[in-house]
Amino acid sequence: MNYRGPQRVRLDRNKPMPEILHPQDAIVRVTRACICGSDLHLYNGNVPDTRVGETFGHEFIGVVEEIGPNVHNLKVGDQVIVPFNIACGKCTFCKQELYGNCHEANPQATAVGGIFGYSHIAGGYNGGQAEYVRVPYADVGPVVMPEGMDPDEAVLLTDVVPTGYQAAEMGGIQKGDTVAVFGAGPIGIMAARCAWLFGAGRVIVFDQEEYRLEFVRNYAQCEAYNFRSIEDPVVFMKKTTDSLGADVCIDAVGAEAAGDALQTITGRKTLMQAGSATALQWAINSAKKGGIVSVVGVYGPTGNLVPIGNALNKGLTIRGNQASVKRLLPRLIEHVQNGIIKPKPLITHHIPLEEVADAYRIFSDKLDNCIKPVLIPPSARI
Amino acid sequence: MENKRIDYNTINGWGIDADPKNDPTYPMRKRSNETHEGYNWERPPQQPIDMEVLHSIERPNVTAVFGTSMPPKGLSGQLRRLAFKYGEGRFAHWLPLILADRVDEVEGIIDDLKQGHVPNIFAEKGMKAEWKYNRKGLLEKMAVMAAVTTAAVLLLRRKAD
Repeated sequence: MNYRGPQRVRLDRNKPMPEILHPQDAIVRVTRACICGSDLHLYNGNVPDTRVGETFGHEFIGVVEEIGPNVHNLKVGDQVIVPFNIACGKCTFCKQELYGNCHEANPQATAVGGIFGYSHIAGGYNGGQAEYVRVPYADVGPVVMPEGMDPDEAVLLTDVVPTGYQAAEMGGIQKGDTVAVFGAGPIGIMAARCAWLFGAGRVIVFDQEEYRLEFVRNYAQCEAYNFRSIEDPVVFMKKTTDSLGADVCIDAVGAEAAGDALQTITGRKTLMQAGSATALQWAINSAKKGGIVSVVGVYGPTGNLVPIGNALNKGLTIRGNQASVKRLLPRLIEHVQNGIIKPKPLITHHIPLEEVADAYRIFSDKLDNCIKPVLIPPSARI
Repeated sequence: MENKRIDYNTINGWGIDADPKNDPTYPMRKRSNETHEGYNWERPPQQPIDMEVLHSIERPNVTAVFGTSMPPKGLSGQLRRLAFKYGEGRFAHWLPLILADRVDEVEGIIDDLKQGHVPNIFAEKGMKAEWKYNRKGLLEKMAVMAAVTTAAVLLLRRKAD
């Protein structure tokens, strides 16, 4: 996959094979690579320092083809789940299990760790929407896929499941809490599902796509509302919670949010702010006093229009982070193996890697009731 | 489909990960005495820096590993070098990068043409999928674009006259 500019990507058969560049590198042959909602920020040209020629893709699994001399936990032929964050395991942040905040993986920015295929803002790594990918610190992040695990389940453990789970975890949900989730994309759907695992008493999801609302209603067994059909989701939330608001609000949308004309024009159309912050605005305004706002929706690095004064006056706690995939994987693998979390139904489209441009269009425009597309390289289809 | 209140007792796994200690002040990280010792951990070996790597001025060095895709080049590269003279909190950092991305797009087309490759913009934009799944919407979009272009041309001609 080769990025050529906003909303332009193509297949590139001439990209050189990745090489071992560091003793802790591995080369992985990709067998599944998803397109993530946050890839759409790159695709739409909303993330600064996204260079023409880059390969996107931070959600992938594959087979280890080659290892560097200092890789001891993996061997050639292992099938691996590769967390989307690149983490050294040695810096002060990794030692605190903040693997999404590693300080030895991204020279270009201190505010973000290293992420595969996520522009030079996240380290300038080529991503997994390819046949082969270089995986740094291969002894730290990648986990050998448990025997018999369905690859479609495994690929969703690289980002969707951990991010949705951490969204709920950061909400500090207590038994009986009302949880509002803004966004019914894959992350919002997973956050709604995981909110129950932490003991939520009520889970309410907002989106504008009817097919996604119907999906989340069934999949996560929650209430789901179309914000287009209710005048004001904030007022709606107050009315449905005895005028108090939700204990926990989750922003599972980020920069591409719809629903507020000012945010859309300034955030998405003219890039005057780092994305449209509609979901975050609603989350802050819908939360109960003393409540918690959990942010996993991705925004750009500049600034956003959010009602921070309301957050202060309501005594809210705002928590956000890139998911610490490595920290969460053991528990989440257990949940998947025990059938507590069943991620596979989220994948609605299996698309050959060669059709990457169409795959991005389908996902970006939500065509054909798409929830999650997964790209399959030719070598994985043999 | 109608929304109804869910009886959470019917949900598989309900409360399985409930943690009364996870209030907002309960850190989801493992703190230790080393936490305040600063930048003194044993760094992993340095990946050889055999290409230009721009690094944030908010850190002292290039990280032990880094990506090697698309080092800065051309006019967009000059703009990126300028951007990295400023801290990450400054618009002087981000605005040149945004401009560089747009310049890079044009440079990409020029590079394609130099190599004898005419980019198929319609294919790159995934129009085949749009045609397959959203034909009506695509035709509407094209009609609006055609109308706007025609109006603009007519307006410019009138001004020229």
